[in-house]
Amino acid sequence: MTGLRGVLILGIPVAVILAFWLLARWERRHNHDPQTPSFVARNGWPVAVFLVVAVSFWALVMVVLPQLYMVDFSFHLKLPPSQRGGPRDVYTLENYQYFLFGSTRSTANWNVTHITAFWLTIVVSMCITVLNFLICYPLAYFMAQVGSGSQVRKLMLLLIIPYWVNELLRAFAFNILFGTSGVLNVILVKAGVIGSPIDFIGQDVALYSGLTYAYLLVMMFPLYNALESLDHNQIEAARDLGAPWWHVHLNVVMPFAKPGIASGCTLVFMLCAGALAAPLVLGGPKTLWFTPIVYDRFYQAFNWNQGSAYAIVLLLTCILFVMMVMRVFRVSLSEITR
Amino acid sequence: MSARTVQRLMMGFYFVLFFGFLFGPLLVMAVTAVNTSQYPQVLPFEGFTLDWFAVLLDDRNLVEGIRNSVLIGIFVVLLSVPLGLAGAMVMTQIYARARSLYYLVVVSPVLTPGVIIGISTVIFWRDVADSIGSESVYDGLFLATLGQSTFISAYCMLIFLSRLQRFDQSQREAALDLGATHTQVFFHILLPFLKPAIFSAAVIAFLSSFENYNTTTFAILADKTLTTVLAGRVRQGTTPAISALAVLIIAITLAGAVLYEVLRRIEQRREEGRARAAAVAERAEFAGEIAPSAV
Repeated sequence: MTGLRGVLILGIPVAVILAFWLLARWERRHNHDPQTPSFVARNGWPVAVFLVVAVSFWALVMVVLPQLYMVDFSFHLKLPPSQRGGPRDVYTLENYQYFLFGSTRSTANWNVTHITAFWLTIVVSMCITVLNFLICYPLAYFMAQVGSGSQVRKLMLLLIIPYWVNELLRAFAFNILFGTSGVLNVILVKAGVIGSPIDFIGQDVALYSGLTYAYLLVMMFPLYNALESLDHNQIEAARDLGAPWWHVHLNVVMPFAKPGIASGCTLVFMLCAGALAAPLVLGGPKTLWFTPIVYDRFYQAFNWNQGSAYAIVLLLTCILFVMMVMRVFRVSLSEITR
Repeated sequence: MSARTVQRLMMGFYFVLFFGFLFGPLLVMAVTAVNTSQYPQVLPFEGFTLDWFAVLLDDRNLVEGIRNSVLIGIFVVLLSVPLGLAGAMVMTQIYARARSLYYLVVVSPVLTPGVIIGISTVIFWRDVADSIGSESVYDGLFLATLGQSTFISAYCMLIFLSRLQRFDQSQREAALDLGATHTQVFFHILLPFLKPAIFSAAVIAFLSSFENYNTTTFAILADKTLTTVLAGRVRQGTTPAISALAVLIIAITLAGAVLYEVLRRIEQRREEGRARAAAVAERAEFAGEIAPSAV
């Protein structure tokens, strides 16, 4: 097993580079334009070597191989090192079975906790994505189309400053706000609105608002960039033709800003569904969120294989979401990541 | 009250709510850092103190975490800026049929949850270490650097791509016509042109690395960084010392972000000035050309 893996680790990059080289030769032979020099000639060989080495290291050794390896790993059982590669080291679905049924032997009962946590994470992440869009849209529109130059510069500065505040610290700030003896409860009790402190953290209010808060600006910047390039005359034209304000937004502005909306939504959803800091800090004892469960597979259960299977479930969800967004908004991947 | 005033009032109300939501929690946290009470609270404000900041200095783990975070940040910059540059240059040159697949591969880390990048990096390199029989690659700092660079390189690549799109190919041709080699073109034409992008990429890479938690918490293994120490503290319980730490970290990151923004604007202005000077020179030359014929 180890030998095979070693061959894979060394072999795949070499094979891919070879395949690219062959493709390039084929391309040159078939529609060769003598005006365009070859890759090596165009860059000079020291730079060309740097480019090939750097890109293959990044794309293959850092991105593709670890992911493939994790997939392979998730189909194996957790074994002591002495048994690895032995007769018990076979491909199995048990790690995924555990996610569904909570046991590797029986399939009688569903693994209710984990499955509920999974669906809850997806649904809540989607709600937070929509909520963030609704919160950000007016300001993004104002900055892009209405505000004057100096106003926009000031607002931008106000937005950039909190953008770099760490996720953990944002969660901690919400912990102070929402704790049982936190600021909000103290104020509400003093003001006589409520008799005794409300358990915001146990009710997941703290977690959900903390997540909304954490990824607000991730939505803002792509949205603003997309809206900024819209020609204001288009809005004027729609208005002159008698469109009410909400028609202008729904039929002129939003269709134009589609790539920005798609980009913001994908990023917010991905960050929410993969959030670890906020659920760890703001989660109550009964809080359900998927990422901490994955984390616990690694550091509480010490079953890395099972953890990989859980991670892949999360990864597949995110891939599906990106594909769905691309389909619904009819945008390409390069428009989302711009 | 006219419709316009109502609209303005609503907009103002929204602005207050938005920025209140954005800054409120941070301000509350800042106040708790200087309140003498044992539990982080704003009301009642029992008295002003800086003791919570002093508590931090005695914390060995924290100092070690900060040291590691800075080290990893520097390594990440050194690794992801060249990788991002190479990625962007290959993107502009790769033949069309392979481009979309290549784009998918190198941009996918941006859309992958950080925990997954951390997990896959650790699993992969653990077995690489087993295969080559050396534990030296199974090291927290090394893995955290690699794991973070996986997606930070993609950020850098996107920055370089947008700059490369504005590169005037005639500059390259002019240099080649004047007898420069392709390598010289890279070092004397392309790199100077990319300088602002390199600066941006380096700052963004460092900041992203410094504040990363999701990938780092898996990849760091038994070592600690600032964020993992912080996460441990925050989970243990809330004390005003954490607020104090938060205020410090925010102050440092802000100083960095503001400095970066200022430098970037200066550079932008300088470039605009240069473009204007070039336009003026061109016009003067043009005038010089037509002047003799006019006489």
